[in-house]
Amino acid sequence: MTVDHQLLAAGMDLGYGDRKVVEDLNLTIPAGKLTVIVGANACGKSTVLRGLARLLAPTRGAVYLDGKPIHQMPTREVATILGVLPQSPIAPDAIVVADLVGRGRYPHQGWFRRWTAEDDAAVAEALRATDTLDIADRPVDELSGGQRQRVWIAMALAQQTDLLLLDEPTTFLDINHQVEVLDLLTDLVRHKGRTVVVVLHDLNLACRYADHIVAMKAGRLVAEGRPAKVMTEAVVADVFGMASRVVIDPVSDTPMIVPIGRHHVGAGVMT
Amino acid sequence: MTALDVAGTVRHIRHQLAVRRRLVTLALLALLALTFAAALYLGDYYVPPGEVVRSLLSPFTGLVDKGIDFIVLNVRLPRATLAVLTGMSLALSGIIFQTLLRNPLASPDIIGISHGASASAVFCIIALGLSGIAVSLGALLGAILTALLIYALSWRDGVTAYRVVLIGIGMAAIMSAVMSYLFTRARLFEVQQALGWLVGSLNASGSDDIAVMAGALALLLPATALLARALDAMQLGDDTATALGARVEAVRLGLMVVGVANAAFATAAVGPVTFVAFVAGPIARNLLAGSGRGFAQAAIVGALVMLGSDLVAQHALPKVQLPVGVVTGVFGAGFLLWLLVVSNRAGKVN
Repeated sequence: MTVDHQLLAAGMDLGYGDRKVVEDLNLTIPAGKLTVIVGANACGKSTVLRGLARLLAPTRGAVYLDGKPIHQMPTREVATILGVLPQSPIAPDAIVVADLVGRGRYPHQGWFRRWTAEDDAAVAEALRATDTLDIADRPVDELSGGQRQRVWIAMALAQQTDLLLLDEPTTFLDINHQVEVLDLLTDLVRHKGRTVVVVLHDLNLACRYADHIVAMKAGRLVAEGRPAKVMTEAVVADVFGMASRVVIDPVSDTPMIVPIGRHHVGAGVMT
Repeated sequence: MTALDVAGTVRHIRHQLAVRRRLVTLALLALLALTFAAALYLGDYYVPPGEVVRSLLSPFTGLVDKGIDFIVLNVRLPRATLAVLTGMSLALSGIIFQTLLRNPLASPDIIGISHGASASAVFCIIALGLSGIAVSLGALLGAILTALLIYALSWRDGVTAYRVVLIGIGMAAIMSAVMSYLFTRARLFEVQQALGWLVGSLNASGSDDIAVMAGALALLLPATALLARALDAMQLGDDTATALGARVEAVRLGLMVVGVANAAFATAAVGPVTFVAFVAGPIARNLLAGSGRGFAQAAIVGALVMLGSDLVAQHALPKVQLPVGVVTGVFGAGFLLWLLVVSNRAGKVN
C-alpha cells in the first residue's frame, strides 16, 4: 500500500568533534522489512541511526533517501517520509499525552494550516496502537517509565511515515511491553508495508523479530543478513567478546543466544 | 471502541485544553482592562469616572475640558500605554529565552542582556554626557552587543543552554563591574541621573517612546508568533525537533534575535525594569497547566505586572512616588526565592 522508500548509507564516517565513532559504513536498509541493529555498548549503533535519520551530518560519505542526499533535502519533506524516535526526547512540563502525541503531526502542518480531523484520526490511531488511549488526558510527568516510552512511540507513529527509525524503543519496558512494542512494529511492517529500523539491546528479541539484522563492533559493520544466517557463536564472540551457545528458540524457530559467563556453567560445557 | 470514537476522544481532550487556554487568556485580558481603567482613574487629582470616559472620547465627540484632558490624555494614558507595551515586550523576551534554553533562570534580566543595556546607558550618561533619546539608543546598542558577545562566547559547535546561562551570568557580573567603575569616575549630578535611569521608570513616558515601542512590537509580535510555532517541535529536544522537520538552528537564531530586540527596545524605553521578563512566563505557564505554549498569555501577564507595579509604585506610599523598578524588584525577588525553594524540593523547576 505504500511506496517503498530506499534508505542507504554510502562510505559514511560519523563522529562528534574530532572523535570518529563510525567508519566507512555501507548499509542499505531493506524496504518493507524490520531491520535491527545490535552491538556492544558504545559500538556506534545509535550514532548510525542518528546518521541515517539526518540528525548527525556525516564527516565523509553520505546518506541517500530515494537516491537523493538526505542532508541536502528540505528537512520537512524528509519528515513526511522518515520518522525518528531518538534516545532521550524531552517532554515539556505539564504536557498532556494527547498533546505530546499530536506533536508528531508537526511536519504535516504548514505555517497556516490548522489542526484537522485527519490529525485527530492519526493521533487516535497511534494512541490505540500503543495502548495509551486510557491515559490520553493525563500529564506525561505523572506516567511510569513504561507508559512514557509507549507515548513517545505513539508520537513517532502519529507522524505516519513510511520509514520509521527507533533508538532503543524498549528501554524502561518490562518484558511484556517489550514484546508488545516489537509486535506492533512487526504489524507496521507486515500489514502496512512500512520500513522499520530499530536499535535493540536484547539479542534474543532482536533475532526473533528482525527480518534483517545488522551487527556492529567498534564503529564498523561486522555482519548483516537474516538472523538465522548471521547470528552464529563466532559472530557473537566477535561482536560482544563473549562465549555463547546459539540454540534454536523453541517458540520462534530463530537463533537464541545463551551466554556463557564464568559462573553457573555446567561441567559438560566447553567454553 | 471504533476508530471514530477514538478520534472523538482525542478531539475532546484537545477541546478541553483549548477551553482552558481561552479561559486563562480572557481572564487575564479582563484583569488587564480593569487595571488599565484603574490607571486612568487613580491619581492625585481626582477625576470622576464619567469624566475619564468623556475625556477619552473627546477627540471624537469634541467635548473638551482642557485641564482634565491634559491629566487623562497627556499624563495617565501615555504612562499606562507605555507600561502595557514594555511589559509585553519584556515578557516575550523572557519567555523566549526561558523556553529556548529550557531554564527559568534564562531571562534577559538574569543572563546579562539588561545589564549590557544598563552599562551602555550609564556610559552614555557619565562618559559622553548624553541624555534623553540618545541614552535609549545607547541602551539598545548595548543590549544587542552584549547578546552577540554572549552568543559568540557560548558557541562551541552550536550553543547549549547551560553554557549560555553560565556565560550570561558572568556577563551580568562584568557589566555591573563596568557600571561601578563608571560611577567612581562620575560627578554627583551624573550619578543621580544614571541611577534614576537604572531603577527603571515610567515617569518620563513620552509619545516618542510609545511610537518607537509600538513600531517595534508591530514587527516583533508577528515574527514571534510565526517562529513560536516551531517550538511545538523544539520543546521536545533538538533531535526530536529535527526529526519532525523543524529547522532547529535557524528558528533558534531567529527567536534569539526577536528576544534580544524585545528586551532591548523595552529597556531603551523605560530602563532596566527588573524581573518582569523573569516572572511573566512561569506565571502564564502555571495558569495554563500544560494547555499551551503561553506566549500570548505571558505577554498579557507582563503588561499586567508592569501596569500593576506602576500603580503600586505611584499610590502605595502617600506623597512618595517610587520608580516602577523598585516594586517589580521586590515582587520579582520574592518570586525568585519561591522558585529556588520549590526547585530545591522537587529537584526540578516547574
